[in-house]
Amino acid sequence: MQCQICQKKEATIHLTEITDGVRSEMHLCELCAQEEGIAVKSQLSINELLTGLLATQPSDDELFGDSEHELSCPHCSITLTQFTKEAVLGCPYDYEVFEKQLQPLIEKAHNSKTVHRGKVPSKTPKETKKQINLTALRQQLDAAVQSEDYELAAKLRDEINQLK
Amino acid sequence: MKLTDISGDINEWFDGSGPLADIVISSRIRLARNLAGYKFLSRCSVAEKSEILDKLKDILMSLELGDKISYLSVDKTPALDRHLMVERHLISRHHAFGKGPRGVVIAQREFFTAMINEEDHLRLQVLKGGLQLSQCAVQINRIDDMIEERIDYAFSPRYGYLTACPTNLGTGIRVSVMLHLPALKMTGQIEKFLNASRDMGLAVRGLFGEGTEAAGDFYQLSNQVSLGISEAEVVAQFENAIIPEIVEYENAARNQLLSKEPDVLDDKISRAMALLRNAHLISSQEALFLLSHLRLGINMHERMGASTPAIEKLCKISAGGADKPLNLSITTINRLFMLTQPAHLQLNCGKTLDAAHRDVLRAQIIRSALNG
Repeated sequence: MQCQICQKKEATIHLTEITDGVRSEMHLCELCAQEEGIAVKSQLSINELLTGLLATQPSDDELFGDSEHELSCPHCSITLTQFTKEAVLGCPYDYEVFEKQLQPLIEKAHNSKTVHRGKVPSKTPKETKKQINLTALRQQLDAAVQSEDYELAAKLRDEINQLK
Repeated sequence: MKLTDISGDINEWFDGSGPLADIVISSRIRLARNLAGYKFLSRCSVAEKSEILDKLKDILMSLELGDKISYLSVDKTPALDRHLMVERHLISRHHAFGKGPRGVVIAQREFFTAMINEEDHLRLQVLKGGLQLSQCAVQINRIDDMIEERIDYAFSPRYGYLTACPTNLGTGIRVSVMLHLPALKMTGQIEKFLNASRDMGLAVRGLFGEGTEAAGDFYQLSNQVSLGISEAEVVAQFENAIIPEIVEYENAARNQLLSKEPDVLDDKISRAMALLRNAHLISSQEALFLLSHLRLGINMHERMGASTPAIEKLCKISAGGADKPLNLSITTINRLFMLTQPAHLQLNCGKTLDAAHRDVLRAQIIRSALNG
């Protein structure tokens, strides 16, 4: 069966809707379904992420008048344009220097998560470890409240209070 | 270590033992790490890369792993040897054919490798047969701890371990499970599996063969998200939810074949056997495709007691017309999967061969293994 929208690709997503007793069917290919907001595309390649990144950035001209003054990292001198071409960053400081610009890409790549949870180097000072834990717990608490899992939320709140 | 020491046999993780090894070929965890105080590799000079390499090599070679460890300078290793390491899943294609000073540390039993100067300064990998992700996690964490005692990693409280590509940020963990799913393919349900995996945000790749195509019904399933979810959570997700469910589906498909379409199953197995025992030219793609069906038949016999006419015949094959059965085991088939890959063929016969000559040798090896 062909996709109803593009009339080209094979329809793989079939939607049946019943409104006021009237039944309607839609048969779409994956791409058109994504555009219609019916299917969620969850697997993004780094190149797709990068294309998205450039598209959301104001162009150099808008920002600085000319591209010679594009923001570059003082440690490794990489610019955002170079990053989108190479797909890898130049040094660990880039995450601070381009924090604002990288945020949407990081969110997209990591299922809207933006704060580390998990292993922390054993040499990290105790106070820093505590802060990392607290941030992660607060993030979980927000998610629990949003999904109305109040039992979990209460548990998390207790944990947070204990840590503080 | 010379690669010819290991190229004649399968890796320990491919010996067919391990939990759920009929469907789950292997479990792998890798961690991406970078040294504090250095730029990422794309911005490092050759001298800086060499410095990082020396530093990490020293630390890694002094690790107590309970196994002999060896170091290879990948940039000074012949192309065929690099191919072989890719075929054995010891290093990535990116590492094998990249640029600049880079190396690999390999444990003799091949459960552990560390790539130095791949995309990140350090990529640790632990690989085990069957579904053993927790065990991989414990081991790789211990190794990571030992390294961390002697060096500072680039780490930020907010983003975790800092990686050259933001897609690996956070824990830097990639959990990969290699699966053999021939029955899902035969019953036309593999697309469902692929779509469901993608909906869960997992990446699916082929295991053997070139590029991403899943040759021989082998699939590799990996996580994509590494930030905001702990190592233990990712591992638990795979080990307790995702993989057991897929294994259940594959088993259901195998039962469905047995009960509803035994002729379809027998046809595939018999054809595979006939071709493999008689062909004089066989490409690696065709070999993978056909061996996959034999692997299914033997596994169904061993694990489910299946005994269709073709499976019975497969398991009672005799050597050279004699009455003595060959006792084809999963290990025999796994060996053929591994040893008939292009670089393995060439290294084991001691000379370079073009594709046409490889097809001859491959067919010869398979014929002799299956005819006795």
